[in-house]
Amino acid sequence: MSYINKPKVSHPSLPTNALGMTRRQYEGSMSTLCAGCGHDSVTASIIEACWGLALRPEQLVKLSGIGCSSKTTAYFVSGSHGFNSVHGRMPSIASGANAANRRLTYVGVSGDGDSLSIGIGQLVHAIRRNVNMLYLIENNGVYGLTKGQFSASADIGTKAKRGDVNSSPPIDPVLLALTLGATFVARSFSGDKAQLVPLIQAGMRHNGFALIDVLSPCVTFNDHEGSTKSYTFTREHYHAAVETDFVPRAQEIAVDYAAGESIPVSLHDGSRVILRKLDPAYDPTDRSAAYNYIETKLKHNEYVTGLIHIDETDSTEFHNLNRTAQAPLNSIPYEKLSPGRAALDKLMDRYR
Amino acid sequence: MPGLIANANRVNDFVMKFANVNGTGSASANSLIMKAIFRMGVPVTGKNYFPSNIQGLPTWYEIRVTRDGYAARASQVDIMVAMNAETYSRDVRELCSGGYLIYDSTWPRSSLLQRGDITVIEVPLAKLVNENFDGVRNRILLKNVAYAGVIAALIDVDLEVISGLLRESYGKKPKLLDSNTKALRLGYDFVKENLKSPLALRVEHMDKTRGHIMIDGNTAAGLGCVYAGATVGAWYPITPSTSLMDAFKGFCERYRVDPQTGERNFAVLQAEDELAAVGMVLGASWNGARAFTPTSGPGISLMNEFVGLAYYAEVPCVIFDVQRVGPSTGMPTRTQQSDLLICAYASHGDTRHVLLFPANPEECFYMAVQAFDIAERLQTPVFVLSDLDIGMNDWMCPDLQWDDAYRPDRGKILSAEELAGLEKFYRYVDRDDDAITYRTLPGTSSKGAYFTRGSGHNQYGGYTEDSAEYQGVLDRLKRKFANAPKYLPKPAITAAGGNEVGIVSIGSCDGAIREALDVLRRQKIDVDYLRVKAFPFNSDVESFLKSHSTVFVVEQNRDAQLKSLLTLETSVEKSKLHSILSYSGFPMSAEPIVNGIRAKLAEAPRLTAVPRKS
Repeated sequence: MSYINKPKVSHPSLPTNALGMTRRQYEGSMSTLCAGCGHDSVTASIIEACWGLALRPEQLVKLSGIGCSSKTTAYFVSGSHGFNSVHGRMPSIASGANAANRRLTYVGVSGDGDSLSIGIGQLVHAIRRNVNMLYLIENNGVYGLTKGQFSASADIGTKAKRGDVNSSPPIDPVLLALTLGATFVARSFSGDKAQLVPLIQAGMRHNGFALIDVLSPCVTFNDHEGSTKSYTFTREHYHAAVETDFVPRAQEIAVDYAAGESIPVSLHDGSRVILRKLDPAYDPTDRSAAYNYIETKLKHNEYVTGLIHIDETDSTEFHNLNRTAQAPLNSIPYEKLSPGRAALDKLMDRYR
Repeated sequence: MPGLIANANRVNDFVMKFANVNGTGSASANSLIMKAIFRMGVPVTGKNYFPSNIQGLPTWYEIRVTRDGYAARASQVDIMVAMNAETYSRDVRELCSGGYLIYDSTWPRSSLLQRGDITVIEVPLAKLVNENFDGVRNRILLKNVAYAGVIAALIDVDLEVISGLLRESYGKKPKLLDSNTKALRLGYDFVKENLKSPLALRVEHMDKTRGHIMIDGNTAAGLGCVYAGATVGAWYPITPSTSLMDAFKGFCERYRVDPQTGERNFAVLQAEDELAAVGMVLGASWNGARAFTPTSGPGISLMNEFVGLAYYAEVPCVIFDVQRVGPSTGMPTRTQQSDLLICAYASHGDTRHVLLFPANPEECFYMAVQAFDIAERLQTPVFVLSDLDIGMNDWMCPDLQWDDAYRPDRGKILSAEELAGLEKFYRYVDRDDDAITYRTLPGTSSKGAYFTRGSGHNQYGGYTEDSAEYQGVLDRLKRKFANAPKYLPKPAITAAGGNEVGIVSIGSCDGAIREALDVLRRQKIDVDYLRVKAFPFNSDVESFLKSHSTVFVVEQNRDAQLKSLLTLETSVEKSKLHSILSYSGFPMSAEPIVNGIRAKLAEAPRLTAVPRKS
């Protein structure tokens, strides 16, 4: 069988969101990934995040490259258009799609091979271009579909299933994004839904490129002892420096936050994120400080998670810089696009 | 002063070549002369032979004054304006017997006089300019204008026309206007006072350029994209396609910016490479914008993977390939038609693509518009195969026309209302039995949602590894391609009827072929001519091949790529086809065509090329 249809069963008592939709209505087709794959947990968090935001499915665009992670765009929100492109080239598809219609919500799902090896050029330039999209890297340190080769995110000293030890230094997508001036950089763990869901929601609402590096263990090829991307290692070494609450637009902040410990950030659409610092020494709004903090911790084998950096001044977002019309370019009537015959007749004199 | 050798008295029919140093501002002086001749009503062509360099290397500009309106490069040079000491010896050699050599005699070169069959005209340009102007850069620039003045006097260009052009260029900068006018007069007056003028080769007012313009193909194609309603352009700079996007952007800044808000109805994305450029085009087209990318050979090589995806997932995509000399980096500033095969079959697996072949800037404009209509109608990549000669040189063309009744053919796109009326939407089901299926745009309605993928898919858009489901889609794509010619421009055929000998060609060979046909006709050899405008081939191509016993395939590459395509995609007998090839990097001239045809016909005297019908 080439694919499995997922039965659409819904119970009348399932909770609904502001659109009257249940979580089930945000699901996609059946996953064909291995049982226990971290990516399926990320998929579940995306579904939860979209349901929580009461996003209209047709307003979402799902994009991916090639690999296990890239397959997952078929496993959530089947009412959205999806584009599973070629290996490492999803950012260019996203850039073009976003140029054509700035009004939709774009979510790209990629992996460490797709993003940090074959596609690193496109990732880097999508960050630089500041395309308004959420870009998730489901990072497991290995190539799954080709059976367990190290990827560019594999740590020095990590062991492959067959015993090889990696000696090449890893590329850390979080440090990379900070270097490039990304305006929203986060790290999370597929097993921490409570942390991941608000990050996804905030990333979708951020006006600009939002990167979330999600540690998402590969149960088949990279979950053994000696691996630094296993469930066990991740639970022991990944710690939040900041907790993020996402507060949708028009919702009152109900919880009291201790002054000095929490930083409220208003997002483009009127929603907010409240950053609660777990380490008082950490400042997620200062890019250089964030970089130094993450790098120092990495040296001690500590992986910092949470919303690591946010800059909500959106002046460098692609359409802001381009001064693109507010109406989506794909909806502008032809009459407004063609200069017409009279203009052409006049123009001809320039060429005589 | 040497006495001028009498030449045949040729009015409005000769070739001037300007040998310059790249980056010295000679281009504006050369186009000043060309435009002045054009404004005198005399047909003219300008070919720029420039190096891949910013400053210092030799560069040439060739102006053909052609009362008969031929568009091709001529194969001889009558007047050489030798302004580059480094290339003197080859420039002297290139001049035809009886020709004129003009050089800067501030530094006399008696060795130049060794060729007895030419006339050397000495003008102390640097001396004249240095005596009258200050500043190194200023002197270099104005020396060009001074030789324009020399030429004007020698070939009798209307000085008032040139002055008019200068006023248009520098009207708002009186200082520049003054210095340019003074430099022009320096050269002009020197000739009038010291030399016999005009030469036997000269221009006279005509009335053959009315209703025409001088424009390059990249500008015309960029303008076509604007009129087609394209809103997204993505590109990576590459010679010789760069000026196409520059033109698009320039026209958009003029016509697509809201004067009140400054908001722009377009987006130009300068990508990190050609892989990304074409990816952006796919993303934008998939999302319902008309999008395109201009590139050249090396870019096409990089785009192959995405082109295969666009073919298989059926995403419209317009690619302008302004061809240059390959393989590899090749000669980036020279022209060729050597990307036919890579474009026709771009990407791995079974793929075939629609190609359009404009022959001149005018067709670049109209075909740019057609390319978008075809790409959206067929939901497939469309390549517009221009070349450096068309793209970067100024050609005389009829005024571009526009019909305000035109509306883009967006193809089969379902609206939210149409989707609501459907029981269920499937992306690749052939509902109309024409092999073209319906698509939907993101944001329309969740009922129209589908998953676009380059992996095996069935007609419902679902992933598949089932042979029958996979083949079903692949076979429909083949039918779609077979049906494509009805949406494509038909070939242009010039046929007397009854001729056994024909020419089949594409694109910018057209000018040389038309001229060759005239030459052959004067020699009592009549040859039919079919110019292919699109691939897959129209059935007219098949009929033409069938009805001619000898067919010359004229093209600008080494490997006879058009001939290969004809043998692969039609039932023509291979032995009937004879190649006439030009792949020097210079635009084709009529000479090799005339010679090639004559030689072949002489070899086989039984062939009759004259009409047999009584």
